[in-house]
Amino acid sequence: MILVWLIVVLFSGGVLAWIAARWNEAAARWISLAAVTADFLLSLELWRKYSAGAHFLPNGPWLVDFNAEWISIPLAGVNIHLHLAMDGLSLLMVALTCLLGIMSVLTSWREISQRVGFFHLNLMAILGAIVGVFLAVDLFLFYFAWELMLVPMYFLIAVWGHERRIYAAVKFFIFTQACGLLMLVSILALVFAHHQATGVYTFEYADLLNTPLSRGAAFLMMLGMFLGFAVKLPMFPLHPWLPDAHTEAPTAGSLILAGLLLKTGAYGLLRFVLPLFPEASRDFAPAAMTLAVAGIVYGAVMAFAQTDLKRLVAYTSVSHLGFVLLGIYARNDWALEGALVSMIAHGVSTGSLFMLVGQLQERTHTREMDRLGGLWATIPRLSGIAMFFAMGSMGLPGLGDFVGEFLVLMGTYYAGHFGLTVAASVGVLFSTLYALKFIQRAYHGPNTHQWKIQDLAPREALIFAPMIVVLLWLGVYPQPVIRTFQPAMQAIQQFSNAPGEAPPR
Amino acid sequence: MLKLLWLIPALPCAGFLTLAFFGPRLSRRAVALIGPGVVLASAVVSWSVAMSFFLAPPPGGAFVQELWTWMDVAGFHPKMALYLDPLSLVMMLVVTSVGFLIHWYSTEFMAEDEGYSRFFAYMNLFVASMLVLLLGDNLLLLYLGWEGVGLCSYLLIGFWYTDPANGRAARKAFYVTRVGDTAMSLGLFLLFTQLGTLQIQDLMREAHDQWGTGSKLATAAGLLLLGGACGKSAQLPLQVWLPDAMAGPTPTSALIHAATMVTAGVYLIARTHVIFEVSPTAQFAVAAVGAATLLIAGFSAMTQWDIKKSLAFSTISQIGYMFLALGVGAWSAAIFHFMTHAFFKALLFLGAGIVIEACHHEHSMFKMGGLRKELPVTFWTFAIAGCSLAGLPLVTAGFYSKGLIIWNAYASAGGSMVLWLAAVFGALLTSIYTFRMIFLTFFGEPKAHVVKRPGAAMKIPVMILAFFAAVAGFVETPGFLGHAHVFSNFMQKALPEAVERRGLGMSELGSEAVVMLAFLAGLAIAYFFFLKKPALQESVTEPPVGQAVHRFWFSDWGMDWLYDKLFVQPLWWFARINKRDFIDSFYAAVAAVTRALWVVLRSTQTGRLRWYAAVIVAGTILFVALALVAKP
Repeated sequence: MILVWLIVVLFSGGVLAWIAARWNEAAARWISLAAVTADFLLSLELWRKYSAGAHFLPNGPWLVDFNAEWISIPLAGVNIHLHLAMDGLSLLMVALTCLLGIMSVLTSWREISQRVGFFHLNLMAILGAIVGVFLAVDLFLFYFAWELMLVPMYFLIAVWGHERRIYAAVKFFIFTQACGLLMLVSILALVFAHHQATGVYTFEYADLLNTPLSRGAAFLMMLGMFLGFAVKLPMFPLHPWLPDAHTEAPTAGSLILAGLLLKTGAYGLLRFVLPLFPEASRDFAPAAMTLAVAGIVYGAVMAFAQTDLKRLVAYTSVSHLGFVLLGIYARNDWALEGALVSMIAHGVSTGSLFMLVGQLQERTHTREMDRLGGLWATIPRLSGIAMFFAMGSMGLPGLGDFVGEFLVLMGTYYAGHFGLTVAASVGVLFSTLYALKFIQRAYHGPNTHQWKIQDLAPREALIFAPMIVVLLWLGVYPQPVIRTFQPAMQAIQQFSNAPGEAPPR
Repeated sequence: MLKLLWLIPALPCAGFLTLAFFGPRLSRRAVALIGPGVVLASAVVSWSVAMSFFLAPPPGGAFVQELWTWMDVAGFHPKMALYLDPLSLVMMLVVTSVGFLIHWYSTEFMAEDEGYSRFFAYMNLFVASMLVLLLGDNLLLLYLGWEGVGLCSYLLIGFWYTDPANGRAARKAFYVTRVGDTAMSLGLFLLFTQLGTLQIQDLMREAHDQWGTGSKLATAAGLLLLGGACGKSAQLPLQVWLPDAMAGPTPTSALIHAATMVTAGVYLIARTHVIFEVSPTAQFAVAAVGAATLLIAGFSAMTQWDIKKSLAFSTISQIGYMFLALGVGAWSAAIFHFMTHAFFKALLFLGAGIVIEACHHEHSMFKMGGLRKELPVTFWTFAIAGCSLAGLPLVTAGFYSKGLIIWNAYASAGGSMVLWLAAVFGALLTSIYTFRMIFLTFFGEPKAHVVKRPGAAMKIPVMILAFFAAVAGFVETPGFLGHAHVFSNFMQKALPEAVERRGLGMSELGSEAVVMLAFLAGLAIAYFFFLKKPALQESVTEPPVGQAVHRFWFSDWGMDWLYDKLFVQPLWWFARINKRDFIDSFYAAVAAVTRALWVVLRSTQTGRLRWYAAVIVAGTILFVALALVAKP
């Protein structure tokens, strides 16, 4: 039941905030902050309980499980369940969602002053839908939650976004929706295939896992589902929606897009594509990895080419998520677990970079590098924080991104992809280019425009302090996190290895 | 006492955190206490740890302190653990002690600077990272320190960030060293994949057991590590960043770009020496890189007008000597030269800092001159360090360490006549550029007015360093000069002894005699060209050939230009033309086509009945016609 609460708290918090905002806008902020904080505490409590000793439920690697009948059509034999379940992987993703959720409320505290109630309704709806995506193990429910993420995000960009917000919102919607439909087709095809084999219509993850499929059919279904997730990731060359959406969204929107929405793509690949279509995924792995590496390098070069700070940070996501994709398809322990560490670290470091740019924009009303520069003297603390996260983004050891990317690269090398490892390492090298450009053009150099702006405010310190701690913690002692997701990843590994195949260490 | 090892990097790290968080609110006095204070504390702990290491050597000749497991993924479990053996011990002592002296010097050198606390924060972070690099017991932790010092180097080169030129130099340093780091990280992947661990001692054992001599994998691993070492230590072909790095404050150049960080590559190769022993090819590559670098940097050093750039090229050249020593298997000779070099080169930079401040931030040696009488302490200490660098026989440390390397370049297992000749010729160049520097700066007509004289905090550290630059060599002397082997005996537990070739045609005394001749010849040439008859310079540099050669050497053999054309400009070009992401144009085209279709189709929906009727008739006629035509 606790899993349902996780979602219900967010949605009801959103509705309450919406209603309350009619009388008092501050109340809306406090209500959503309370809701998402409550959720965060819930997820931490779950984590604490889990770390004290893993209790696996008998029906799989789940720690917590909630199953209720939802839609039942007895005549056709269709049973759709409201089935939520949580393992170490979803636990961490939910915790990350709540953490970044808190940050998104805090960072919008002063930035959003119009339609505050509706804003928070949308914000909470997105967060709730994301939690739903991470918890759903009924494919119908999953798809429902997946589509549910889309609409409030569209509003977030289109209503509170910047100059080209409508263009960006529509582009975002069309890209994800088009590929989402391919995913729906794949899900339905899989359900029908399962029906053919067993005579039962079911959307249940555990039941669909070992559906016998012909090689061609499996490949097509895998491809459909893969595209649905890959566009969210975003994989090169499906990425062009991302720079626009990230750039035009309000800070909270960029934070959630980069920190969480992209992660749902990676999560989907891990949770569904690999285990449901093991052979097909293996056949497809070289292509996916090649595209991943192309994304790593291309994203980094494109980030370097930008002069809009937000666009720069947006393109770094293309590069970083390339590592995640690479790790997922290299399919050994190091690469997979590295991919997961990367996901979390990227959420924290890139999310923080977006908030930093947001704060600059709030103070200077520009994101253009040419109008900035030399800010270190006037905002030394914010600049130091920016330096910290830029270093995280370029994979400096001691910070979270390094652990993830190193493990991914090592796993890729171990899997025998020497060329891809070299190319991806060059991508890491290119990350130096954009990270240092970011610092140089905004914070170093001469202060030609005579900016005199306010340094870090207490509320902002409250935002960045936890992010810094988490990124450092992931960098020097990621073991608690790794230990949490390890069993889940091993289960995924097991499913994704065809019987008889020796597991790639 | 050994248990306190963790404090040695932790203290400067604590200093960094204190200064980073509270620095701007602290008084300058407090900053001047904390910044150097933590490094002094770290040095004191280092010396006490060293004492107990000397007095009661831990079993196995090394002490390991495990702090925690960094991560544990499927058999990959690097630990946060410190490893103290004679090699890391010597380097640790040098880093903390010289580091403290330079911090002390900086309290006065930077006294007027706005970013006083920021400077010491960066410096402390650097010392902490450097100590992690040295003490890390696995290559991943070493890599953490390795990147950490790279970051500090970047921060400090660009310390005066308002000048874009400094930022450019800083970024260049970071980019170029990261090119090497990329190679190094690939080396780590290879080592782990093949040998199953990154713990250095296990790795060395496994490399020795699993790889036969001449193994291709060992060669690949060795070359990749060499790539990393070349980046950090500014060796060919990645040396281009170091001369620009002189944009940083002078104490930074002394600490990072002369005494400590740039020798990290030497440390890396010494630390992983088994890989190079297993692969003679990789080891020869180290020697070749060293020999080539020491020569080309020596030529470049002779042509610089900026005193700091001249010193920078000299550093590149001296590290070339260390690489040469590593490449011929004279491991401890390389570390010996690292130690003496740390003393005299740090001192030279600190002296240059005093001179530059005295002459109102003038960097050109040709605009100095005659400073001998104005700055006597600086002159004498600079001269001692210069003599040590050039290898003044018998009484300077540099003579012993360089002589040992040159002898080994000939006599040890990997040595040869060619390497020896290169090294001797390098000694001649060293002597020339060193005395050129001394003569131009301190002798001749006074050309600059002294505006600032050093205080005690700048003079005392230089005097202490001068003492060591003179005497540090007596711990290791050649056979015909007392035969002291304190250093190599101590080092032996960590690094194998150099093996002599058989059938040598030259004795150590002979080699040293030639080195002395090279020293004297260099001194004489510098004397004639730069003191006695300055007109001679023009007779060499005036003719077109002389001009071209001079420009070529001055510009670091055109490598900056080459890299600019090969890498920088194409990247910029691509970034410029593709700023708007050509991939997007595909989707934009899809959207445009859709839109065009929409326009066309919409225009058919006019809502006028006769138009619809006409279209129906036309369509019917068309289909009937088609049916008729298609019938036969």
